[in-house]
Amino acid sequence: MTEEIIIAGFGGQGVLSMGKILAYSGVMQNKEVSWMPSYGPEMRGGTANVTVIVSDERISSPILNAFDTAIILNQQSMDKFEKTVKPGGLLIYDPNGITHHPTRKDINIYSIEAADEAGKLGLSKVFNMIVLGGFLHLKPLVAPEFIHKGLEKSLPARHHKLIPDNERAIDIGKGLLKPLQVLN
Amino acid sequence: MGELRLMKGNEAVAEAAIRAGCDGYFGYPITPQSEIMEYLMSEKPYETTGMVVLQAESEVASINMLYGGAGTGKRVMTSSSSPGISLMQEGISYMAGAELPALLVNVVRGGPGLGTIQPSQADYFQSVKGGGHGDYKIIVLAPASVQEMADFAKLGFELAFKYRTPVMIQSDGAIGQMMEKVELFDPIPRRTEEELIAQCPWAATGKPKNRDHIIITSLDLDPAGQERVNLKLQAKYRQIEEKEVLFEEISCEDAEYVFVAFGLSARICQKSIDMARAQGIKVGLFRPITLYPFPTKQIAALAKKVKGMLVVEMNAGQMIEDVKLSAGCSVKIEHYGRFGGIIPAPDEVVRALEKQIIGG
Repeated sequence: MTEEIIIAGFGGQGVLSMGKILAYSGVMQNKEVSWMPSYGPEMRGGTANVTVIVSDERISSPILNAFDTAIILNQQSMDKFEKTVKPGGLLIYDPNGITHHPTRKDINIYSIEAADEAGKLGLSKVFNMIVLGGFLHLKPLVAPEFIHKGLEKSLPARHHKLIPDNERAIDIGKGLLKPLQVLN
Repeated sequence: MGELRLMKGNEAVAEAAIRAGCDGYFGYPITPQSEIMEYLMSEKPYETTGMVVLQAESEVASINMLYGGAGTGKRVMTSSSSPGISLMQEGISYMAGAELPALLVNVVRGGPGLGTIQPSQADYFQSVKGGGHGDYKIIVLAPASVQEMADFAKLGFELAFKYRTPVMIQSDGAIGQMMEKVELFDPIPRRTEEELIAQCPWAATGKPKNRDHIIITSLDLDPAGQERVNLKLQAKYRQIEEKEVLFEEISCEDAEYVFVAFGLSARICQKSIDMARAQGIKVGLFRPITLYPFPTKQIAALAKKVKGMLVVEMNAGQMIEDVKLSAGCSVKIEHYGRFGGIIPAPDEVVRALEKQIIGG
């Protein structure tokens, strides 16, 4: 099993940390992982993206231009990454702020209104974990106990008090997915 | 099994240096390698192992601090990225001349000039062909993963002291910035003064009454003396070329074609192999791990077995010169490169193989 994922949105949405928590959970389950961020001028322009690969085998290229899953959190990222999903692959997006919705006919598409829900529940800090929860519901790459360990490892000790909120957010995410196009 | 962590390449090389018993780090910040010193400063090894971590006033100062530290037999290291490594070349040549061991890390970015902060492999010539003046070589290790960033810090110190030579880890911005699973080796204690004096009789550790002064220098104004220095260096390089070559072959057993690539390019080629083999193209990968000493004999042997070689590099064609010198004219050898911080995609490399080697 190898899952190649792009996570993309604005800087500050927790794109890189979502990827890191997923990758660290994979390490805890002794899977091979790679986490390749955009950095430098691209990041300083306000958008952020990260390629995460979780695999049972040695990972070849950490840099990819086609993905099994795209998790998209703003319009620029939709414009850039909708076309990079492999046929039959998965696109998950938060419709908040999206004006041009995805139009591909050959991929599975789900929306997740994570920003809205996070705002309502006062969980804005863990908005990214709601999205991750939705993704893990569709693709259970790592078991929940390893997600817990991944959170412990990737959050600094002073933020460990937020782990219950993070786990609650992951649970909430599972219920927020809306299937928009599901291929047979 | 050692401790498992998810780390950036830059963090892994820094943690591994502490664990390898490094005595001192001297450096100056530059993207994309600043996390090396940031990690060392946050880990504060000066409070645990006693390792010095110092931000120097410049790259020139850093490399000369290394000269001083190495001259006393200490395990010392620096790191920088391409423009900063250019500034260090004078010091590296002096260290090679004075036979001083040290670990240098170059997290390469696109050039020439100030260039870009994105990953590149355009410093191959500088590292391998002697970026400074004089007839010298340094051992160059090319990691292709975060794990190797950690492992090569330890190996680098071992080779540096075995041969009394600077050793460079030539990485790139992507391997420095990306995170992967790392299994960390158990810490090796820093050497005590007594151990150091016993293991490094050449080091300037203070003059006891029963021996002469030890003078660390790269200067000998007598040409006959300077020729002897050169002959000694050349004999050492022949020994390194004989004993220290490292390489990896992937899917080469039945290969009709091979990619030759190091570092990040080799990782990309592994994906290209999967894609090409799915189309029925029998391609493998030859990955030099030591760029100096270069795996000349192994490339020569491989060249006799295959129909063509595509050298894939993130530069305009540098390692291809060594591949051609190794292989001779026995087989078709072409180069595919991207420059200035652009990383080739795996499918792009397959198309280059089809166009330049198979169809060409």
